[in-house]
Order: sequence, then C-alpha cells, then structure tokens
Amino acid sequence: MRRLHDFHGGIHPAEHKAESTAQHIQSAGMPDVLVIPAGQHIGSSAVPTVMPGQRVLGGEEIAEADGALSVPCHAPTSGTVLAVEDRPVPHPSGLSALCIVLQPDGCDEWTEPRPFANPMNADPLHLTQHIQQAGIAGMGGAGFPTALKLSPRPGKPIQTLIINGTECEPYITADDSLMRERAAAVINGSLILAHVLGNPAVLLGIEDNKPEAIAALEEAAIGSAVEIVVFPTKYPSGGEKQLIEILLGVQVPSGALPADIGVVCQNVGTAAAVHNAVVNGRPLVSRITTVTGEAVSRPGNYEILLGTPIRHLLALAGYDATVNQRLVMGGPMMGFTVSDPDCPIIKTSNCLLLPTEEELPTPPPPQACIRCGLCAEACPASLLPQQLFWYSRGRDHERLEAHNLFDCIECGACAYVCPSHIPLVQYYRASKAEIIAQRQDAERAEHARQRFEARQERIERQAREKAERREARKRSAQAKAAAAATDGEKENDPIQAAIKRAQARKAAIADAGSKD
Amino acid sequence: MALLWVTSPHAHGAQDTTQVMQTVLLATLPGVAVMTWFFGPGTLVNILFGSMVAVAMETVALALRRRPILRTLDDHSAVVTASLLCISLPPYSPWWLIVIGMASAIWLAKHFYGGLGYNPFNPAMVGYVVLLISFPVQMTAWAPPRGTGVEVPSFLDALRACFAPQTYDAVTMATALDVVKQNSGMTMEALWRESPQLGRWAGAGWEWVSLAFLAGGLWMLKKRLFTWHAPVGMLLSITLLSALFYDDGSSASKGSPLFHLLGGATLFGAFFIITDPVSSAVSNRGRLVYGALIGALVYTIRVAGNYPDAVAFAVLIMNFAAPFIDHYTQPRTYGHRARPPPT
Repeated sequence: MRRLHDFHGGIHPAEHKAESTAQHIQSAGMPDVLVIPAGQHIGSSAVPTVMPGQRVLGGEEIAEADGALSVPCHAPTSGTVLAVEDRPVPHPSGLSALCIVLQPDGCDEWTEPRPFANPMNADPLHLTQHIQQAGIAGMGGAGFPTALKLSPRPGKPIQTLIINGTECEPYITADDSLMRERAAAVINGSLILAHVLGNPAVLLGIEDNKPEAIAALEEAAIGSAVEIVVFPTKYPSGGEKQLIEILLGVQVPSGALPADIGVVCQNVGTAAAVHNAVVNGRPLVSRITTVTGEAVSRPGNYEILLGTPIRHLLALAGYDATVNQRLVMGGPMMGFTVSDPDCPIIKTSNCLLLPTEEELPTPPPPQACIRCGLCAEACPASLLPQQLFWYSRGRDHERLEAHNLFDCIECGACAYVCPSHIPLVQYYRASKAEIIAQRQDAERAEHARQRFEARQERIERQAREKAERREARKRSAQAKAAAAATDGEKENDPIQAAIKRAQARKAAIADAGSKD
Repeated sequence: MALLWVTSPHAHGAQDTTQVMQTVLLATLPGVAVMTWFFGPGTLVNILFGSMVAVAMETVALALRRRPILRTLDDHSAVVTASLLCISLPPYSPWWLIVIGMASAIWLAKHFYGGLGYNPFNPAMVGYVVLLISFPVQMTAWAPPRGTGVEVPSFLDALRACFAPQTYDAVTMATALDVVKQNSGMTMEALWRESPQLGRWAGAGWEWVSLAFLAGGLWMLKKRLFTWHAPVGMLLSITLLSALFYDDGSSASKGSPLFHLLGGATLFGAFFIITDPVSSAVSNRGRLVYGALIGALVYTIRVAGNYPDAVAFAVLIMNFAAPFIDHYTQPRTYGHRARPPPT
C-alpha cells in the first residue's frame, strides 16, 4: 500500500455526481453545423488550411499547428466548409475567435486511419510527433499541448508519470464514466505515455468516491505497470500540484514545472485520446462531456463531436430555459459562464452545467470581511486569502506579491467558505491582471529607456567621432602646412620661388621708380 | 430569463456571517444563564437594554455614513458587541454607564474606523476600558453571588438599578481576584477558609460562570467558528505563569493555576473576546502567539497591576501588536522553501 499524503486546506462541497452517472455514455449525434475554433488549447492557435466551399473528410486536418506550443484541428466528420470566420467561443472573456464552420454531409466519410505500428517499440520522438499531429491537448480543462509535456528535457529524466483521474469538482463525471466504460483505453494510453517518457513509475490517482471506476481500472491494470492509487475525496485534490503532493509527498517549487522534479501529469481523458490516436489511428475529434444541472431533464455523459454547438446538447438533454439561471462551462468551482448557446464544445469542455436558481443561488451582496480565517483554513496553497483580499482592495501590489498572490490556483475554495460571500477569486484575478499589466508596462518602459539611452549614446558617439575626425583633419592640414613651410626653406618650392621672384621684380621696379 | 454572467466559484458553502454572529449569541446563553442564577437578573437587563442602545447607535452611524442600514444591521454584529460588553459590566449598572459604553464601542471603536471588519481594536473591550478608566467606582461594584448570605435581587430591582439608579441601594462585595490580590500574610489555604466568596476554586459563582462560558466556547469551536490556537495559547500561558509563581500556596502566592483559569474573565475572554477575528492576528500560528501574549499580559496585570481584572487591557495591547505578529507569522506557501521574508 502506497503511503498517501495530505495537502493543506481543501473543502467538501456537495458532490452532485450521481445525477449524471445513472446512464452509460451516449452519443450526442450529428449536429446541423460544427463550429471548430482554431484555438482550443493553451498556446498559439492553429492556422486554418481549408477554404470556404471546400469538401473535407472526417479526420482530415483542417488547421495546422503553429509551432511547438500548438496542435492541429481535424474535421470531426465529412462535409463542406461553410466559413472560416470569427464566432463566439467558450472563453471567460465572452469574445469571439477564428472558427472553421463545417456543414456535415451526413455520409461521415473518413480518411484512412493511420495507426502507429508497434508503438511500444517505437522511437519516443516519433510517437510524440504522432500525438501532436493527432491534435491532442490536455483534456482535464487546461488544454496544454500534450506533446510538449512529453518532449525530453536534457538532464531532467521523468521518474513518475501521474495519470489524473481525480475529477474532484462537483457535478462533473466525464472522466468517471470514461474510466468506468473505457478503462482499457485509459490504461493502454497511460502505458504509451509511459513508454514515451522512458518508462517512469505510472500512478493513476483517483478519489474514493468513484468505486465503479476504481474496480474497472484495477481489472484493466492487472499485470501492467500502472498502479491505481485511491485517496480520500477532497476538493481540489485534482489540482496538479495537490495531486503530486498527495501521491508523492513533495511540492512543486513555486514558479517551476512538475517536470523540474521529475513528474509529468496527464489526464485520463488525454490518455484515452492518446490510445485512440496511436492504436486506432484516429485524431482527436470528439470528447466526453457531462451535461448536468436541474435545468435539464436528461442529465448524463455524452460523446460529443468537437465543434458541436451547446444549443444542440441542450435540446438533447431536455433543457428548460425558463428555470435555468446561468450556463456554466466546467464545474461549479472553476467553470466560467457562457452567454451564447451557439458556443461550441471544444477539447477542454469537460462539463456543461445548467443549474436552477435554487440549485446555485445568485450570490447575495457581499458583507464585510471579518477576517474569520475560514478562507485560510480552506486554501490548498496555504495562502492568507483574507490578507490578499485586503491588499487587493488597497491595490497594494508589493504586499500582494510578498503574500504570494501568484501561487493562487484560483480553485475557489476560499470564496466557497467565505461567510460574507465575498467574490475573493475575482479580486485575485483582477489583481493578477493589474500586476501583469504593470510588469509589462515596466518592461516596455525599460526597453524604451534602454533604446533611448543606446540612441543617445550612438548620437553622442557619432558626434564625438565626427568632431575627432574634423580635429584630426585640421591637425593634419596644419601639420602639412607647417611641414610645407619648413620644407620651403629647405627646398626650392616653385611657388615660393615665384613669390620671391615677383617680390624681387616689384622691388626692382620700385627701385627704378624711386630713381626717377 | 437572462443568463447570469458571473465568475467562479458558482457553488457556495452553508455558513454566512449573520449565522456566525447568531451562533456567538447562542453560545453566550449558558454563561448568561449561570450569571443570572448567581448574581440575579442584572446582566440580563444590561444585555437587553445595551442591545437596543447598540442597534440604535449602529443605525445612526450607518445613516450618517450612508451605508445600507437594514442589510448591515442584519449581520447582528452590533448585538454581539453589546452582549459581550454587557456581560463584562457589573450587573445592576446604571443606564448611563451602558449608554457611554455602547457609544465608545459602536461609534468610537467601530464606525470611526470604517465599521465591521475595519476596527483595529475589539469594540467591546474599548467600551469596557473607557468605562473602567472613567468610572472606576461603578465598574468595580460587583454584586455578591448567591450563597454568600445576601439575597439575590429581583427583576424589578434590576430594572430600578438600571433606569432609576438613585433609588437603588447596591450591595457589593469584593471579587475573588480582589481578595487574593489584597492578601498579605495568609496562606492560600487559610485565605480560602476565611473568605466565603472564594468558593471552591476561584470564587463562589464565578467558577461556574467560567465553566458555562467554557461550554459555550467549546460549542463554537466544534462549529468551527474559530480555531483552537488563540484560546489554547492564552490558557497555556496563564497556566504556566501561575504555576511558576504559585509558590506552593504560601502567603506570597499569587493564586493557583486553577484559580487563574476559572477566576475572573479568563475563560470568557479566551473564547469570546480574543477570538474576535477582526482585531486579532490572522494566521493560526499568529493566533497562537497572540493568545499566549494576551495570557502573559493578563497574568502580569492581574498580579502586578491596579485593576480588578486584566483581560480588556491585555486584549487592547495585543490588538496593537496583531499586525506585527502577522508580519512574522505568515504561513509557508505551497511550493516555497521557507516563509516569505518580511518586507
């Protein structure tokens, strides 16, 4: 039995997971239109390679990766590209971004699958390329390009691969249902990832509130190198840093990556996607998303083509617009509200939460902070949220940084327990943005200063050099003149001689004149 | 229905500040009941009248400051301050004493600094200290407890004492803390035999009042209204210091640890006063230090100072020091080797 560790703080919100696990994963079917954003991951957006009117096949690349911090996008089915234009995307900002709008033709014709032959003996670099080409980015929510986490870092071998099956947020059961029903794909994908990373220890971490998933995984993992580690349910155990502390008892140093301490974390959904890409040769074109909340009559987990508009899912799940009060992409702790039901499901969309007012009441106006300290008790990063709040209101950036504002993972535990209903996380986000903007300003100002000084120096140097050259010319001219003067005395300079002759002549004439 | 556009988290826990304050009020009930049993209904009248005055003053302050009145009154903080101050006042205090105390607590200590959450000093203790310094006679007139041969006043007597103080003949008796402080030449054992008001351990009536406040305090601890750090720090340091200077109960003794723990306002202070989060240190470690230093001050002022009890002074002095303690007790953040360096 592995020795487990605890992390500071954490909360136990009502789970609400049973609602969406009553049924098996269902297919969400084919929507009328697919809106596929070019940027569904962290990093630079992919670059569309198709034109409006073009016919594409399922699995065909329709946008190519833009550098290493990027992944391509693929057509989820065959159809015609209607447009390549800005459309509303699921992002906290509520802004629009470049999307490829695809009208499915209903044939679902596919390109030839490209499975990777004999992956467990393959070159890790080739596998990493294959994973990137399949468009895989972290499916737990952050959407970090998977291949980048797999790239070797010289001198920093990976000792542990952690497969994150925690799914600690209330309501969400996408990973739970995936592990229950496709445990073999999860385990096999984990083993492929382990092979790429040079065969480190593989730990699959899962909370103890998912007994069916645990049983399925344990059966699938028999005889493999994957160790299933079950630990007590507590939010936010699924945070990468918290999970590493639970399983290994070490903390990721502030500002460093898990890889710096020899750890790589991947989500179970990512592992399954890797299996699908490597073994079945299919790129990432669909995902499992939980659709839940009391405003839908058929909550559950749906296998959804990427780009499916939320509207399509709402109809499928029996949505009642009259009782729904907010549309949350993600869970109730870290999800963000979406205002447009035409927004699509993307690679990172693990949940669509449609609560009623009774379920998640509108926050009341905040009361005064009485510094009760419940937030500090709950904070998984051991911060002092009440102090951060105080300094955030005072825009005291120096103290905010001294109190490690940037170690806040925005899990929302502090605001959850706050008896005065203060939107603490919102304050921290705002302060972080202010500080970052200020840093960038300072950086720009510093650049400008350096450029100004360099220019000043250049101008001064040029002026100095010009002056020196002028001085040198002057000196050389004088020196020449002086030399010529002395030379004239020594040698018969024709000019001097002529002058002398002229003077002699003048003198002779004058002489003659005076005699007259 | 227009969709909400708000930021995470969307879920919220059960507790709210109004409930926290209500819990504190409920937790005072056992102590108040025992006080009423031993000293008569004086404290009850204090609390009822004091709360009304406090709510009226809070309303005036909010109106002058143009703050939402009903929503702010709903946090119950004025009633909590009033109750804590009125429990600390001698029973059968005249109305004007209570009014001046409330004005100091609600206006001077709280709203002059910006209202709930912004007060650097504990409002109830500011009210108490203003009164103690200004009206030492009234503030040291404690009624004798039941069982010391004096009849306990009736509710009517209590009303008369409050609203027509000139018509009420107060009977007072030195408290146990006074008796031990003024002792010269008697061993503790002899002193306890001589003075009926010393009770079994720490003053007739007082020791039971303290135990009742302890019960209320433990209940709040169980309801997670505060952590154990500040109370334990305070009680530990009082225990240590009083054990150190107990001197085996000789005539030079300053009283046993049990006497100091159950006597005076130690337990009331430890669970109801120093746990006020607004004016205390913020981190758990900071609160441990804060409580321990309050305990040390309470003991020092009790045995060396001139005042009947020391909790109020100790708390105010440490309120001053709370930001300083915070500065040096910031917890180690995840992923950091050490505590952040003081800036």
